[in-house]
Amino acid sequence: MDSPLRLITTEVTPASELAKTVEALLVVASQPLPVEDLAAAAEVDVLHIGEALELLSERYSEEKSGIVLELVAGGWAFRASAAASEACARLFEKPVEKGLSQAALETLAIVAYLGPMTRPEVARIRGVNVDGVIAGLVERGLIAEGGRENEFGAIRYRTTPLFERIFGLESLAALPRVDDLGADVTEIRERLEAVAEKRPA
Amino acid sequence: MVTPVAVRELELDLDAFEGPFDLLLSLVLRDELPLRELDLAEIIISFIEHLHAKGELDLDACGEFLILISALLELKARAMFPEEEAELAELEPEEAAEELARRLAEYRRAKEAANWLRERLEERRDYFFRMGPAPLAPKSERKLAPQSPLKLVEALRGLAVEPPEPSTTHMALRFPPTSQFLDRWRALLRRRTRFDFDQEVAGLSRVEIAVAFLALLELRKQNEIAIAQAGPFAPIRISRADAERSLSWTAHSA
Repeated sequence: MDSPLRLITTEVTPASELAKTVEALLVVASQPLPVEDLAAAAEVDVLHIGEALELLSERYSEEKSGIVLELVAGGWAFRASAAASEACARLFEKPVEKGLSQAALETLAIVAYLGPMTRPEVARIRGVNVDGVIAGLVERGLIAEGGRENEFGAIRYRTTPLFERIFGLESLAALPRVDDLGADVTEIRERLEAVAEKRPA
Repeated sequence: MVTPVAVRELELDLDAFEGPFDLLLSLVLRDELPLRELDLAEIIISFIEHLHAKGELDLDACGEFLILISALLELKARAMFPEEEAELAELEPEEAAEELARRLAEYRRAKEAANWLRERLEERRDYFFRMGPAPLAPKSERKLAPQSPLKLVEALRGLAVEPPEPSTTHMALRFPPTSQFLDRWRALLRRRTRFDFDQEVAGLSRVEIAVAFLALLELRKQNEIAIAQAGPFAPIRISRADAERSLSWTAHSA
Protein backbone atom coordinates (compact mmCIF):
# COMPACT_ATOMS: atom_id res chain seq x y z
CA MET A 1 0.00 0.00 0.00
CA ASP A 2 1.18 3.48 -0.77
CA SER A 3 1.67 5.58 2.23
CA PRO A 4 3.46 8.88 2.67
CA LEU A 5 5.57 7.29 5.35
CA ARG A 6 6.84 4.43 3.33
CA LEU A 7 10.19 6.06 2.72
CA ILE A 8 11.02 5.92 6.39
CA THR A 9 12.75 2.58 6.22
CA THR A 10 13.66 2.26 9.87
CA GLU A 11 10.02 1.71 10.83
CA VAL A 12 9.50 -1.92 11.82
CA THR A 13 6.15 -3.56 11.20
CA PRO A 14 4.29 -2.70 14.38
CA ALA A 15 2.17 -5.86 14.37
CA SER A 16 5.09 -8.26 14.56
CA GLU A 17 6.79 -6.15 17.17
CA LEU A 18 3.64 -5.94 19.23
CA ALA A 19 3.12 -9.66 18.75
CA LYS A 20 6.28 -10.28 20.75
CA THR A 21 4.91 -8.27 23.63
CA VAL A 22 1.56 -10.01 23.52
CA GLU A 23 3.28 -13.37 23.32
CA ALA A 24 5.28 -12.51 26.42
CA LEU A 25 2.21 -11.41 28.32
CA LEU A 26 0.38 -14.60 27.41
CA VAL A 27 3.20 -16.87 28.46
CA VAL A 28 3.33 -15.31 31.89
CA ALA A 29 -0.42 -15.33 32.40
CA SER A 30 -2.08 -18.26 34.10
CA GLN A 31 -5.53 -17.16 33.05
CA PRO A 32 -6.98 -16.02 29.75
CA LEU A 33 -6.21 -12.37 29.11
CA PRO A 34 -8.93 -10.15 27.69
CA VAL A 35 -7.92 -8.01 24.74
CA GLU A 36 -8.42 -4.91 26.87
CA ASP A 37 -5.88 -6.13 29.43
CA LEU A 38 -3.36 -6.89 26.69
CA ALA A 39 -3.89 -3.46 25.20
CA ALA A 40 -3.47 -1.78 28.57
CA ALA A 41 -0.29 -3.71 29.34
CA ALA A 42 1.23 -3.04 25.93
CA GLU A 43 -0.01 0.53 25.96
CA VAL A 44 -1.51 0.28 22.51
CA ASP A 45 -4.94 0.43 20.99
CA VAL A 46 -7.20 -2.63 21.16
CA LEU A 47 -7.24 -2.70 17.35
CA HIS A 48 -3.50 -3.24 17.21
CA ILE A 49 -3.75 -6.06 19.70
CA GLY A 50 -6.22 -7.69 17.33
CA GLU A 51 -3.67 -7.62 14.53
CA ALA A 52 -0.97 -9.04 16.77
CA LEU A 53 -3.28 -11.82 17.94
CA GLU A 54 -4.09 -12.70 14.38
CA LEU A 55 -0.42 -13.11 13.71
CA LEU A 56 0.06 -15.21 16.82
CA SER A 57 -2.99 -17.41 16.15
CA GLU A 58 -1.41 -18.27 12.84
CA ARG A 59 1.85 -19.18 14.46
CA TYR A 60 0.44 -21.04 17.46
CA SER A 61 -1.93 -23.52 15.91
CA GLU A 62 -2.31 -27.29 16.35
CA GLU A 63 -0.52 -27.92 13.06
CA LYS A 64 2.45 -25.68 13.59
CA SER A 65 3.22 -25.67 17.27
CA GLY A 66 3.14 -27.50 20.57
CA ILE A 67 1.56 -24.39 21.97
CA VAL A 68 -1.90 -23.42 20.81
CA LEU A 69 -3.39 -19.98 21.19
CA GLU A 70 -7.12 -19.92 21.77
CA LEU A 71 -9.89 -17.52 22.68
CA VAL A 72 -11.53 -18.97 25.75
CA ALA A 73 -13.33 -17.79 28.90
CA GLY A 74 -13.38 -14.21 27.76
CA GLY A 75 -9.72 -13.92 26.88
CA TRP A 76 -6.71 -15.26 25.03
CA ALA A 77 -4.62 -18.07 26.44
CA PHE A 78 -2.02 -20.62 25.53
CA ARG A 79 -2.59 -24.30 25.98
CA ALA A 80 -0.65 -27.41 25.10
CA SER A 81 -1.39 -28.97 21.74
CA ALA A 82 -3.51 -32.11 21.66
CA ALA A 83 -0.52 -33.96 20.18
CA ALA A 84 1.45 -33.29 23.33
CA SER A 85 -1.28 -34.46 25.68
CA GLU A 86 0.21 -37.85 26.43
CA ALA A 87 3.55 -36.41 27.39
CA CYS A 88 1.77 -33.78 29.46
CA ALA A 89 -0.29 -36.43 31.19
CA ARG A 90 2.84 -38.20 32.40
CA LEU A 91 3.92 -35.09 34.23
CA PHE A 92 0.79 -33.11 34.99
CA GLU A 93 -2.71 -33.61 36.22
CA LYS A 94 -5.52 -33.17 33.76
CA PRO A 95 -7.83 -30.23 34.35
CA VAL A 96 -10.70 -32.68 34.94
CA GLU A 97 -8.94 -35.85 35.98
CA LYS A 98 -11.76 -38.29 36.45
CA GLY A 99 -14.42 -36.89 34.20
CA LEU A 100 -17.80 -35.83 35.51
CA SER A 101 -20.80 -37.91 36.54
CA GLN A 102 -24.14 -37.59 34.81
CA ALA A 103 -25.52 -35.81 37.88
CA ALA A 104 -22.60 -33.38 37.86
CA LEU A 105 -22.98 -32.67 34.15
CA GLU A 106 -26.72 -32.08 34.45
CA THR A 107 -26.25 -29.77 37.40
CA LEU A 108 -23.48 -27.96 35.59
CA ALA A 109 -25.68 -27.60 32.53
CA ILE A 110 -28.55 -26.17 34.57
CA VAL A 111 -26.30 -23.68 36.34
CA ALA A 112 -24.58 -22.71 33.08
CA TYR A 113 -27.79 -22.17 31.16
CA LEU A 114 -30.10 -20.85 33.83
CA GLY A 115 -27.72 -19.57 36.50
CA PRO A 116 -27.06 -18.00 38.83
CA MET A 117 -29.27 -20.49 40.62
CA THR A 118 -29.85 -21.66 44.15
CA ARG A 119 -29.63 -25.30 45.18
CA PRO A 120 -33.41 -25.66 45.60
CA GLU A 121 -33.93 -24.28 42.11
CA VAL A 122 -31.56 -26.81 40.60
CA ALA A 123 -33.10 -29.59 42.69
CA ARG A 124 -36.53 -28.63 41.40
CA ILE A 125 -35.47 -29.22 37.84
CA ARG A 126 -33.48 -32.36 38.52
CA GLY A 127 -36.13 -33.72 40.88
CA VAL A 128 -33.54 -34.83 43.44
CA ASN A 129 -31.38 -33.31 46.12
CA VAL A 130 -28.27 -31.72 44.60
CA ASP A 131 -26.38 -30.61 47.71
CA GLY A 132 -23.60 -33.15 47.29
CA VAL A 133 -23.25 -32.56 43.58
CA ILE A 134 -23.07 -28.80 44.05
CA ALA A 135 -20.44 -29.20 46.75
CA GLY A 136 -18.38 -31.39 44.40
CA LEU A 137 -18.58 -28.88 41.57
CA VAL A 138 -17.56 -26.06 43.89
CA GLU A 139 -14.65 -28.19 45.06
CA ARG A 140 -13.51 -28.67 41.47
CA GLY A 141 -13.80 -24.98 40.85
CA LEU A 142 -16.39 -25.37 38.10
CA ILE A 143 -19.05 -23.38 39.90
CA ALA A 144 -18.80 -20.77 42.61
CA GLU A 145 -21.03 -18.77 44.86
CA GLY A 146 -22.40 -15.76 43.12
CA GLY A 147 -24.51 -13.73 45.49
CA ARG A 148 -27.69 -14.53 47.33
CA GLU A 149 -31.30 -14.72 46.33
CA ASN A 150 -31.96 -11.71 48.51
CA GLU A 151 -30.04 -10.31 51.41
CA PHE A 152 -30.48 -13.36 53.61
CA GLY A 153 -31.69 -15.84 51.01
CA ALA A 154 -30.20 -19.00 49.58
CA ILE A 155 -26.77 -18.86 47.97
CA ARG A 156 -26.78 -18.64 44.22
CA TYR A 157 -24.25 -20.49 42.12
CA ARG A 158 -22.75 -19.58 38.77
CA THR A 159 -20.17 -21.22 36.55
CA THR A 160 -16.57 -20.08 36.82
CA PRO A 161 -14.06 -18.97 34.16
CA LEU A 162 -12.41 -22.37 34.75
CA PHE A 163 -15.62 -24.02 33.56
CA GLU A 164 -15.51 -22.01 30.36
CA ARG A 165 -11.85 -22.81 29.94
CA ILE A 166 -12.22 -26.54 30.43
CA PHE A 167 -15.17 -26.71 28.08
CA GLY A 168 -13.52 -24.39 25.61
CA LEU A 169 -16.19 -21.71 25.69
CA GLU A 170 -15.45 -18.18 24.72
CA SER A 171 -18.24 -17.20 27.11
CA LEU A 172 -21.53 -18.67 28.34
CA ALA A 173 -23.13 -17.22 25.22
CA ALA A 174 -21.17 -19.83 23.26
CA LEU A 175 -23.32 -22.62 24.71
CA PRO A 176 -25.55 -24.15 22.03
CA ARG A 177 -29.22 -23.32 22.16
CA VAL A 178 -31.39 -26.04 23.59
CA ASP A 179 -34.76 -24.35 23.50
CA ASP A 180 -35.52 -25.94 20.16
CA LEU A 181 -36.36 -28.97 22.25
CA GLY A 182 -39.40 -27.07 23.47
CA ALA A 183 -41.67 -29.18 21.27
CA ASP A 184 -41.15 -31.90 23.83
CA VAL A 185 -43.77 -30.47 26.14
CA THR A 186 -46.48 -31.30 23.68
CA GLU A 187 -44.93 -34.60 22.83
CA ILE A 188 -44.57 -35.85 26.39
CA ARG A 189 -48.03 -34.63 27.24
CA GLU A 190 -49.55 -36.42 24.31
CA ARG A 191 -47.88 -39.64 25.23
CA LEU A 192 -48.94 -39.22 28.83
CA GLU A 193 -52.53 -38.77 27.88
CA ALA A 194 -52.63 -41.19 25.01
CA VAL A 195 -52.65 -43.92 27.57
CA ALA A 196 -54.73 -42.31 30.26
CA GLU A 197 -57.48 -40.53 28.43
CA LYS A 198 -58.45 -42.93 25.74
CA ARG A 199 -60.08 -44.98 28.38
CA PRO A 200 -63.77 -44.30 28.93
CA ALA A 201 -64.36 -42.70 32.28
CA MET B 1 -43.72 -46.53 15.79
CA VAL B 2 -44.78 -46.38 19.39
CA THR B 3 -46.93 -49.25 20.49
CA PRO B 4 -48.23 -48.52 23.92
CA VAL B 5 -50.38 -51.62 23.80
CA ALA B 6 -48.07 -53.71 25.91
CA VAL B 7 -47.90 -51.04 28.55
CA ARG B 8 -51.59 -50.39 28.58
CA GLU B 9 -52.41 -54.00 28.88
CA LEU B 10 -50.12 -54.50 31.80
CA GLU B 11 -52.26 -56.06 34.50
CA LEU B 12 -51.39 -54.85 37.95
CA ASP B 13 -52.06 -56.52 41.24
CA LEU B 14 -50.94 -54.02 43.86
CA ASP B 15 -51.90 -53.42 47.46
CA ALA B 16 -53.73 -50.25 46.58
CA PHE B 17 -54.93 -51.08 43.12
CA GLU B 18 -55.88 -53.97 40.95
CA GLY B 19 -56.41 -53.62 37.22
CA PRO B 20 -54.75 -52.50 34.03
CA PHE B 21 -52.03 -49.86 34.03
CA ASP B 22 -53.97 -47.40 31.89
CA LEU B 23 -56.85 -47.36 34.38
CA LEU B 24 -54.41 -46.67 37.17
CA LEU B 25 -52.94 -43.81 35.20
CA SER B 26 -56.27 -42.21 34.43
CA LEU B 27 -57.37 -42.53 38.05
CA VAL B 28 -54.20 -40.85 39.17
CA LEU B 29 -54.53 -38.07 36.62
CA ARG B 30 -58.13 -37.53 37.69
CA ASP B 31 -57.01 -37.40 41.30
CA GLU B 32 -59.18 -40.32 42.24
CA LEU B 33 -56.33 -42.45 43.43
CA PRO B 34 -53.87 -40.95 45.88
CA LEU B 35 -50.41 -41.51 44.50
CA ARG B 36 -48.73 -41.76 47.84
CA GLU B 37 -50.58 -44.96 48.55
CA LEU B 38 -49.12 -46.59 45.48
CA ASP B 39 -45.93 -48.56 45.63
CA LEU B 40 -44.39 -47.63 42.31
CA ALA B 41 -41.64 -50.18 42.68
CA GLU B 42 -44.33 -52.85 42.54
CA ILE B 43 -45.47 -51.50 39.19
CA ILE B 44 -41.93 -51.60 37.88
CA ILE B 45 -41.50 -55.18 39.06
CA SER B 46 -44.80 -56.16 37.42
CA PHE B 47 -43.68 -54.64 34.17
CA ILE B 48 -40.35 -56.42 34.23
CA GLU B 49 -42.07 -59.71 35.01
CA HIS B 50 -44.48 -59.03 32.19
CA LEU B 51 -41.59 -58.39 29.79
CA HIS B 52 -39.91 -61.51 30.99
CA ALA B 53 -43.05 -63.59 30.47
CA LYS B 54 -43.37 -62.30 26.91
CA GLY B 55 -39.85 -63.51 26.23
CA GLU B 56 -39.01 -60.68 23.86
CA LEU B 57 -37.60 -57.26 24.49
CA ASP B 58 -40.11 -54.73 23.24
CA LEU B 59 -38.05 -51.54 23.17
CA ASP B 60 -40.95 -49.29 22.27
CA ALA B 61 -42.95 -50.57 25.18
CA CYS B 62 -39.97 -50.09 27.47
CA GLY B 63 -39.56 -46.51 26.33
CA GLU B 64 -43.22 -45.82 26.81
CA PHE B 65 -43.17 -47.39 30.23
CA LEU B 66 -40.15 -45.36 31.27
CA ILE B 67 -41.88 -42.12 30.32
CA LEU B 68 -45.02 -43.03 32.19
CA ILE B 69 -43.37 -44.39 35.28
CA SER B 70 -41.02 -41.42 35.51
CA ALA B 71 -44.01 -39.12 35.26
CA LEU B 72 -45.66 -41.00 38.11
CA LEU B 73 -42.47 -40.94 40.14
CA GLU B 74 -42.14 -37.23 39.67
CA LEU B 75 -45.78 -36.65 40.61
CA LYS B 76 -45.37 -38.77 43.68
CA ALA B 77 -42.15 -37.09 44.73
CA ARG B 78 -43.76 -33.71 44.41
CA ALA B 79 -46.83 -34.82 46.33
CA MET B 80 -44.59 -35.52 49.28
CA PHE B 81 -43.68 -31.87 49.69
CA PRO B 82 -46.63 -29.94 51.08
CA GLU B 83 -46.03 -26.63 49.33
CA GLU B 84 -45.51 -28.37 46.03
CA GLU B 85 -48.65 -30.33 46.61
CA ALA B 86 -50.60 -27.15 47.22
CA GLU B 87 -49.14 -25.72 44.06
CA LEU B 88 -50.19 -28.70 41.99
CA ALA B 89 -53.45 -29.25 43.84
CA GLU B 90 -54.68 -25.87 42.71
CA LEU B 91 -54.39 -27.05 39.14
CA GLU B 92 -57.00 -28.98 37.29
CA PRO B 93 -55.87 -32.47 36.31
CA GLU B 94 -55.52 -31.12 32.78
CA GLU B 95 -53.24 -28.33 33.91
CA ALA B 96 -51.37 -30.60 36.24
CA ALA B 97 -50.56 -32.88 33.35
CA GLU B 98 -49.45 -29.83 31.36
CA GLU B 99 -47.27 -28.64 34.23
CA LEU B 100 -45.82 -32.07 34.63
CA ALA B 101 -45.02 -32.30 30.95
CA ARG B 102 -43.44 -28.86 31.10
CA ARG B 103 -41.19 -29.88 33.97
CA LEU B 104 -40.22 -33.10 32.30
CA ALA B 105 -39.34 -31.16 29.18
CA GLU B 106 -37.29 -28.73 31.22
CA TYR B 107 -35.40 -31.63 32.71
CA ARG B 108 -34.91 -33.15 29.28
CA ARG B 109 -33.40 -29.92 28.12
CA ALA B 110 -31.01 -30.04 31.05
CA LYS B 111 -30.10 -33.59 30.05
CA GLU B 112 -29.59 -32.55 26.48
CA ALA B 113 -27.31 -29.76 27.57
CA ALA B 114 -25.48 -32.17 29.86
CA ASN B 115 -24.88 -34.48 26.92
CA TRP B 116 -23.43 -31.63 24.94
CA LEU B 117 -21.13 -30.76 27.82
CA ARG B 118 -20.05 -34.39 28.08
CA GLU B 119 -19.06 -34.52 24.42
CA ARG B 120 -17.31 -31.23 24.71
CA LEU B 121 -15.39 -32.45 27.73
CA GLU B 122 -14.48 -35.62 25.89
CA GLU B 123 -13.01 -33.53 23.07
CA ARG B 124 -11.09 -31.24 25.33
CA ARG B 125 -10.04 -33.46 28.18
CA ASP B 126 -6.58 -33.86 26.75
CA TYR B 127 -5.88 -30.17 26.51
CA PHE B 128 -3.45 -29.06 29.14
CA PHE B 129 -3.09 -25.50 30.19
CA ARG B 130 -1.60 -23.49 32.95
CA MET B 131 -3.90 -23.18 35.89
CA GLY B 132 -3.61 -21.36 39.11
CA PRO B 133 -4.12 -17.96 40.51
CA ALA B 134 -3.19 -15.02 38.35
CA PRO B 135 0.31 -13.82 39.08
CA LEU B 136 0.40 -10.64 41.02
CA ALA B 137 -0.71 -7.87 38.77
CA PRO B 138 0.31 -4.56 40.28
CA LYS B 139 -2.55 -2.21 39.73
CA SER B 140 -1.17 0.98 38.29
CA GLU B 141 -1.53 3.57 40.98
CA ARG B 142 -3.08 6.83 40.12
CA LYS B 143 -0.40 9.44 40.08
CA LEU B 144 -1.15 12.58 42.01
CA ALA B 145 -0.24 16.02 40.84
CA PRO B 146 2.53 17.57 42.96
CA GLN B 147 1.09 18.91 46.16
CA SER B 148 2.34 21.35 48.73
CA PRO B 149 3.03 19.79 52.14
CA LEU B 150 1.32 22.76 53.70
CA LYS B 151 -1.91 21.62 52.15
CA LEU B 152 -1.56 18.34 53.98
CA VAL B 153 -0.93 20.20 57.23
CA GLU B 154 -3.99 22.26 56.53
CA ALA B 155 -6.07 19.16 55.95
CA LEU B 156 -4.73 17.47 59.08
CA ARG B 157 -5.38 20.53 61.16
CA GLY B 158 -9.01 20.31 60.26
CA LEU B 159 -9.03 16.76 61.53
CA ALA B 160 -7.10 17.55 64.70
CA VAL B 161 -9.81 19.78 66.10
CA GLU B 162 -11.84 18.14 68.80
CA PRO B 163 -15.20 17.29 67.38
CA PRO B 164 -18.16 19.10 68.85
CA GLU B 165 -20.05 17.29 71.57
CA PRO B 166 -22.80 15.32 69.86
CA SER B 167 -26.15 16.81 70.52
CA THR B 168 -28.49 14.66 72.52
CA THR B 169 -31.37 17.07 72.54
CA HIS B 170 -33.40 14.76 70.37
CA MET B 171 -33.10 12.12 73.07
CA ALA B 172 -34.22 14.32 75.91
CA LEU B 173 -37.80 13.57 76.63
CA ARG B 174 -38.09 15.99 79.49
CA PHE B 175 -40.23 14.75 82.32
CA PRO B 176 -41.11 17.53 84.67
CA PRO B 177 -41.26 16.21 88.24
CA THR B 178 -44.71 15.16 89.42
CA SER B 179 -44.16 17.25 92.53
CA GLN B 180 -44.24 20.39 90.39
CA PHE B 181 -47.83 19.62 89.43
CA LEU B 182 -48.79 18.35 92.87
CA ASP B 183 -47.82 21.77 94.21
CA ARG B 184 -49.56 23.50 91.39
CA TRP B 185 -52.85 21.62 91.84
CA ARG B 186 -52.78 22.07 95.60
CA ALA B 187 -52.16 25.77 95.21
CA LEU B 188 -54.94 26.01 92.69
CA LEU B 189 -57.38 24.18 94.95
CA ARG B 190 -56.55 26.45 97.83
CA ARG B 191 -57.81 29.33 95.73
CA ARG B 192 -60.70 27.60 94.01
CA THR B 193 -62.91 24.69 94.98
CA ARG B 194 -62.92 23.18 91.51
CA PHE B 195 -61.21 23.51 88.13
CA ASP B 196 -61.31 22.09 84.65
CA PHE B 197 -58.27 19.93 83.82
CA ASP B 198 -58.23 20.63 80.08
CA GLN B 199 -58.32 24.35 80.64
CA GLU B 200 -55.44 24.26 83.07
CA VAL B 201 -53.14 22.20 80.91
CA ALA B 202 -53.91 23.95 77.64
CA GLY B 203 -50.70 24.88 75.89
CA LEU B 204 -48.54 22.31 77.68
CA SER B 205 -46.63 19.57 75.88
CA ARG B 206 -47.96 16.02 75.76
CA VAL B 207 -45.40 14.89 78.32
CA GLU B 208 -46.31 17.71 80.64
CA ILE B 209 -50.00 16.94 80.33
CA ALA B 210 -49.29 13.32 81.13
CA VAL B 211 -47.31 14.23 84.24
CA ALA B 212 -50.00 16.71 85.25
CA PHE B 213 -52.54 13.90 85.00
CA LEU B 214 -50.32 11.60 87.05
CA ALA B 215 -50.21 14.28 89.71
CA LEU B 216 -54.03 14.29 89.72
CA LEU B 217 -54.11 10.55 90.23
CA GLU B 218 -51.64 10.92 93.06
CA LEU B 219 -53.84 13.54 94.73
CA ARG B 220 -56.87 11.33 94.23
CA LYS B 221 -55.04 8.43 95.81
CA GLN B 222 -54.33 10.57 98.83
CA ASN B 223 -57.98 11.52 98.91
CA GLU B 224 -57.25 15.21 98.49
CA ILE B 225 -59.44 15.66 95.45
CA ALA B 226 -62.42 14.23 93.63
CA ILE B 227 -62.31 13.69 89.91
CA ALA B 228 -65.42 13.69 87.76
CA GLN B 229 -66.00 13.20 84.07
CA ALA B 230 -69.48 13.22 82.56
CA GLY B 231 -68.59 10.82 79.78
CA PRO B 232 -65.70 9.65 77.65
CA PHE B 233 -63.70 12.61 76.33
CA ALA B 234 -65.83 15.01 78.30
CA PRO B 235 -63.97 17.66 80.33
CA ILE B 236 -62.36 16.33 83.50
CA ARG B 237 -63.43 18.30 86.51
CA ILE B 238 -61.45 18.35 89.69
CA SER B 239 -62.81 19.46 93.01
CA ARG B 240 -61.56 19.58 96.56
CA ALA B 241 -62.37 16.46 98.53
CA ASP B 242 -63.02 18.46 101.70
CA ALA B 243 -66.64 17.43 101.94
CA GLU B 244 -65.90 13.75 101.57
CA ARG B 245 -62.95 13.91 103.85
CA SER B 246 -64.94 15.57 106.55
CA LEU B 247 -67.56 12.90 106.04
CA SER B 248 -65.07 10.15 106.49
CA TRP B 249 -63.72 11.86 109.54
CA THR B 250 -67.20 11.98 110.86
CA ALA B 251 -67.68 8.35 110.16
CA HIS B 252 -64.40 7.57 111.82
CA SER B 253 -65.10 9.46 114.92
CA ALA B 254 -68.55 8.09 115.26
